[in-house]
Amino acid sequence: MSDPILTVSGLGKRFGGFVALADIELQVERGERLGLIGPNGSGKSTLVNCLCGTLRNETGKVAFDGRVLDGLPAYKRIRMGLARSFQLPRPFASLTLAENLRVPILYATGGQGRGVDVERRCGDLLQMVSLAEKAQKLPGDLTQIEMRKLELARAMASDPRLLIADEAMAGLSPGEVDDILALLIRLNEQGVTIIMIEHIMRAVLAFSQRLVVLVAGRKIADGDPQDVVRQPDVVEAYLGS
Amino acid sequence: MDFPLDLLVNALVSGLLLGGFYAAVTIGVSISFGMLDIVNIAHPAFIILGSYIAYIANSVLGLDPIVASILVLPGFYLLGMAIYHVYDVSFERRGDASMRGLAFFFGLLFITEVTLVLVFGVDYRLVEARYLGTTLHFGFIDLPMRLVVPFLVSIVMLVGLQLFMARTFIGRAIQAVAQDPLALRLMAANPSQIKRIAFGMSIATASIAGAVLIIIQPVEPSIGREYIGRVFAICVMGGLGSFPGMLAAAVLLGVVESITSTFFGPSWSPAVAFGFLLLTLAVRPSGIFGRA
Amino acid sequence: MRNWSFVSVLVLVAFATFFGTKMVGNSYAFFAGYVVLQYVVLATAWNILGGYTGYVNFGTAAFFALGAYSTVVLHKTLPELPLPLMIAVGGVVSGAVGLGTGYLTLRLRGTFFSIATLAMAVVMQTLITNWSFVGGARGVYVIRPDESPIFDGDYIEYLFLLMLALSVIAVAVARAIEHSRLGYGFAAIRDDELAAEASGVPTLRLKLIATALSGGFMGMAGAPLPYYVTYLDPSSGFSLSYAVNTIAMPLIGGTSSWLGPVLGAVLLGTLQQAATVTISSALSLLIVGVLLVVFVIVAPKGIIGWFRR
Repeated sequence: MSDPILTVSGLGKRFGGFVALADIELQVERGERLGLIGPNGSGKSTLVNCLCGTLRNETGKVAFDGRVLDGLPAYKRIRMGLARSFQLPRPFASLTLAENLRVPILYATGGQGRGVDVERRCGDLLQMVSLAEKAQKLPGDLTQIEMRKLELARAMASDPRLLIADEAMAGLSPGEVDDILALLIRLNEQGVTIIMIEHIMRAVLAFSQRLVVLVAGRKIADGDPQDVVRQPDVVEAYLGS
Repeated sequence: MDFPLDLLVNALVSGLLLGGFYAAVTIGVSISFGMLDIVNIAHPAFIILGSYIAYIANSVLGLDPIVASILVLPGFYLLGMAIYHVYDVSFERRGDASMRGLAFFFGLLFITEVTLVLVFGVDYRLVEARYLGTTLHFGFIDLPMRLVVPFLVSIVMLVGLQLFMARTFIGRAIQAVAQDPLALRLMAANPSQIKRIAFGMSIATASIAGAVLIIIQPVEPSIGREYIGRVFAICVMGGLGSFPGMLAAAVLLGVVESITSTFFGPSWSPAVAFGFLLLTLAVRPSGIFGRA
Repeated sequence: MRNWSFVSVLVLVAFATFFGTKMVGNSYAFFAGYVVLQYVVLATAWNILGGYTGYVNFGTAAFFALGAYSTVVLHKTLPELPLPLMIAVGGVVSGAVGLGTGYLTLRLRGTFFSIATLAMAVVMQTLITNWSFVGGARGVYVIRPDESPIFDGDYIEYLFLLMLALSVIAVAVARAIEHSRLGYGFAAIRDDELAAEASGVPTLRLKLIATALSGGFMGMAGAPLPYYVTYLDPSSGFSLSYAVNTIAMPLIGGTSSWLGPVLGAVLLGTLQQAATVTISSALSLLIVGVLLVVFVIVAPKGIIGWFRR
């Protein structure tokens, strides 16, 4: 445990007088599957936004793969291999599924079109999320779960080393949850480090090797999932007393 | 060289009065853009329409322009509701408000302007009323009624709308509609309906603003364009939905313009507003008087 | 079609247009055709920013007039400079102003950019109105040579040919962008800027490229104007009708591809040339305004939308 892919230290963020995050310390190891949970408004999405450069953190620093990210815009972070999927899928509505994946392939991966067979890469990614036969459709034609899969495929198209899946399963049926879960585990087996942010406890526990709990902008627990969910303060904060 | 103190004081005073008038011109956009997030760049064109109605009422029927504008207020309100309805059905519900919605209002601006040109030509028109020629004097300070009357009318309108927004259910609903449509639904209010009423009111203010405009200066159809920049500059500087902030910004712009025009010549004054707007947008888009 | 074969076809069409116009045997055909071509360039330029990235520019007249006035300045200082070079200078000036405006306002929401472009148009007009070197409010006269400098013909034929070449370049650039890396980046920005950024698209840089390109082409379209009109004053150079036409043409033709603005410009441009002669210029502008409003409400994908799914 000496060469983490992501190191967050002393990270803090406020909106006006409201403290969204305070003193967050977090390390993620290479190849790890980390679960991040917390009640609504506990700062999970703010943390994702600070990690990915959508928001600027006021204090503390974020280091990815040994490099300090502070001040780097979002597009540079994804080029380094830090990808995220959005909580509510945000597809490019006027582009076909294949073209949706083409954007990160062209912009975020080192190949930038030359040497990389863009068509084939799009095809492979769509195959991976079993959307290959809809390659020429527009996102508007997709169902809820297909939209989630497209969102994940687009995050994967940038060839990330760390993927942050922000509530990729919210609102899906149990069968669909298993679908996405299997997909994420497969990606992890291919060497991608994954942070899963999720409300569905069954999925989080099945997935995570380690569990981190945020409450009111602070980290209150970090450790083995089975131990963490038995911690009294976690039970109180998360499940209600 | 003697510092022209009387010139400066008079420029300040007329700038203050002008600022009050600018508030009347802007208040409709404060509602539509500031509160409803609808970029109605055609608003100044409706103000010019109001000016021409006041002109007809004045020249043909001999009515006082402000009385005339109050009489046609309901008509403007209905026009606003109708425009919002088309906008809502065609753009907002399709999620296409940004590009095509903007083009829609740009088209309305242009249609209104060209129609006025076709009907009235490009000559300047003005109104007559007994009080308009008089000027009050206090020492070396001049108070032309041509500026005082619009100032007073504006302040009355501003205070009235401020009270309406703060005290009535619909007023509070209008202020909430952009931020929290869900909460509105829980209060059993239909956001679409609230927005329609609010937009109707914003266009209704154009009737009165048009009347005070033609009192202040002669009007021709394309003059509205000069006001697009002013109106949005004031609205943005004032912090979008806030009336007091808007009034402060309007007065500031009025004073700066008046001083510019006194000391550098009137042909420079349009650039002042737009320069202000560009600066505000570049440096502090939340507005000089807005919250951070 | 590959880009080069597309360009070859465009050039062929351009030659056919030129000789077709010459066959009419009346210089009025060149005068009218010049205006239509000028709108092809303007509409295509507008669409590079508006249609591809979704940022609405109301300041067409400013970019266009800047090009025209840079020619006025060059005409007074370096009258020997060939017109194509003046066009290039006009393009650089307007492109730089586009870059500046974009740098100031493109970090903000799209509507602020649109309002800022309107504001910029008035600032520019005020500056030109107060600049006596280029004629100020009174305007300026520019003498148009009689003969074309490169072939045997009237100078208007030369102007027409230049505008034709500019149209070919603008359309070829627009089409090349569509299916390039740049084009996909633009489309991603148009659809969802946050998601674009999260996909590795440097959004600000791309928007600046689009604004500079778009403004540059508008400036080039305006650069020959002083020689075309021979008398230029701020209120005609900055006329709002340029802005309205340039927005109406792509929206009526369809903003999603290069063909839309060309179609819109040819249809609306021709219609207006005919209507200005037969009815009145104000009425022909009214028609444009009404068509714009009707099309954005009824046919959001424009004319080319009728032929695609």
